[in-house]
Amino acid sequence: MQFGFLLEQVVNGLVLGGYYLLIALGLSLIFSVGGIVNLAHGAFYALGAYVSVEITKYLGFGSAIVLSPIAVALLGILFERFILRRFYDADPILSLLVTFGLAMVTEQAIRIIWGAPPISAAIPQAFRGSVFLGDFLFSRYRLLILAVVAAVLLGVWLLLHKTSFGRVVRAGIQRPDMVAALGIRLQPYMTAIVMLGVGMAALGGAFFAPITIVHPAMGAEIITVAFVVVVIGGLGSFWGVVLAAMLVGVVRGITIHFAPAAGEASIYVLMFLVLMMRPRGLLGERIEKFE
Amino acid sequence: MTRYSRRTLLKAGAAFAGVSAIGSPAILRAQAARIKIGHLVPLTGFLGAIGSYAQLGVKMAAEEINASGGIMGKQIDLMSEDSVNPATASTKAQRMIEQDGAVLLFGEISSASSLTIMQVAERNKKVFFSTGARSDALRGKDCNRYSFHCDIPNTVMVNAVGTALKQKGMVKGKKFVTLTADYIFGHDLLKAAKAFFSANDATLIGDELIATDVTDFSPYLLKVRQAKPDVVCCNLAGNQVTNLVKQYAEFGFPYPLVGFNLNTGDAWAMGEGNLSGTWPTVWYHTLDNPASKAFVEAFSKKYGKPPENHAWIEYITLKMIAQAITETKSTESDALIAYFEKQTQFDIMKGRKGYFRSWDHQLVQEAYPFTVKPKGEMKDKWDMLVLGNAVPAAGAELETIYPTKTQNPCNMKA
Repeated sequence: MQFGFLLEQVVNGLVLGGYYLLIALGLSLIFSVGGIVNLAHGAFYALGAYVSVEITKYLGFGSAIVLSPIAVALLGILFERFILRRFYDADPILSLLVTFGLAMVTEQAIRIIWGAPPISAAIPQAFRGSVFLGDFLFSRYRLLILAVVAAVLLGVWLLLHKTSFGRVVRAGIQRPDMVAALGIRLQPYMTAIVMLGVGMAALGGAFFAPITIVHPAMGAEIITVAFVVVVIGGLGSFWGVVLAAMLVGVVRGITIHFAPAAGEASIYVLMFLVLMMRPRGLLGERIEKFE
Repeated sequence: MTRYSRRTLLKAGAAFAGVSAIGSPAILRAQAARIKIGHLVPLTGFLGAIGSYAQLGVKMAAEEINASGGIMGKQIDLMSEDSVNPATASTKAQRMIEQDGAVLLFGEISSASSLTIMQVAERNKKVFFSTGARSDALRGKDCNRYSFHCDIPNTVMVNAVGTALKQKGMVKGKKFVTLTADYIFGHDLLKAAKAFFSANDATLIGDELIATDVTDFSPYLLKVRQAKPDVVCCNLAGNQVTNLVKQYAEFGFPYPLVGFNLNTGDAWAMGEGNLSGTWPTVWYHTLDNPASKAFVEAFSKKYGKPPENHAWIEYITLKMIAQAITETKSTESDALIAYFEKQTQFDIMKGRKGYFRSWDHQLVQEAYPFTVKPKGEMKDKWDMLVLGNAVPAAGAELETIYPTKTQNPCNMKA
């Protein structure tokens, strides 16, 4: 009996972890390639949510899920071209400051465009309710999120490991100077990676808009969890982030099941324990950019 | 000369010396032709969404008062800031009184922040109108002479919804699970809910305390399903309510969801088809009376959206304060307290007038239960609620739904 419910919490935690993954993976990628700790990542998540609500009004939910991340990813190009590019070789503190500033500017812009009160969004009728497998319960909508996250994850993995694009990016992460010596310009690759990361954050925002409150400060809320995930997983490690996201989701679910009061603290305790044992995160190898 | 009076004299002398030494700039400011009033509401965090409505309401009231010549010919200088959290709220309140020369304070939605501002008010002997905080304790065991309470307390919200639920046969013999905000307000509301359940033959089979920064409720919802209740009862606050209701609709449980606390701003943020059940409210923009309609029209014209209940309460509170200062011709705390303690009646845009009870400083007024309009019957996205009959019913004394002197342990020091 108890076991069944526990399993339910574990699976639910995995789904939630998958959702954290969308945001954390982009954060991790942008860090790996450009050495930028992008504090504006949450702002793109919020933009993704707002833009998707706007698009849903005219074209429906399905289009919003596709178009909103694309629209925000296009903004990401401008972000890379006019802001990030100046800070790849600079002191990391500068990029921290500038992306933090951008996060605040974006939040304020959202406030000006859409107003401070939250805006409303709802799940399309087809995805409401739960799916049962015997006594085992799933939210239909979260199943959809899980499927999309799995597809995105597979896509990104294939992109990084099975294409020439991916080979250059990975080489660029390891040995930027060597790649340059081979006559390959890393610049366009960085633009593409930033676009990809920002787009994933926006996709997360678009997916969560119907089940969470859409308000200007939503980006600031998610960025903390995303950082915890990246730190636990190990900066720059693809599978580390995947593992950490799942772990964070499951640990939170189980803690809430047995000790609700510790639910929100659990992920920070987890981070603390992991960092005690592995200061570079679960699968992190090196933190070269900071050394 | 007795020893007592000599000490008093010494104290007064010291106070006078202190004031003339360091306080003179404050006195000079106070004599300027403006009346400084401090206003604090949370604009960030889980109450920030409704706080932003509160700030619009107070701005409109101040502009109207100033446009019509101010109070006794003096313009209001409104200092309206984000109270952030209890610690920042009390720091800002202290600063507004000490450095900015505020003659009184008002505002706040968080019961936790309101409590710290109440303590600042008492220490500094300045009046504070707590506009949006609902914890019973604030007007109960934590009450003080300088603090007034405008919103309905938790007990009234429980009574307003409870009465409606009883009429639907949803209480007697039913099993409840509650989801409660984990801070003073939630604890207080849970206490009132428990009292209501045990008085009405209902059982509480599970209660979850939920931190105010939680945005994903799915692990809690799985626990709710495990308990298999007859009714799920939401005692959350601010953003929490919006998030819970959205995710409750997502999971599509068969158990009806009701709640003892909701602000219409949070309901508007939920999205179509998510909210159902019976909830309490202190005011709604469709209330059918001339004063209310005029206010709604002016507000909607100015801001392009209807006022939320926190916009209304800040608006009427500043108007009451202005009336009090005008009629007493004073901004002194003692004069203002005496004015309100006379139980002066105020038009608060409801069917019946309201007044502050002399012994616990609670604004006694009507409350309303509401249900949700079926889809398709809504004129616009703000038109989603159907108000029930005012509680208490017409003809009954307003005070019947408020805690009595024996239930409310308020003991003000003179």
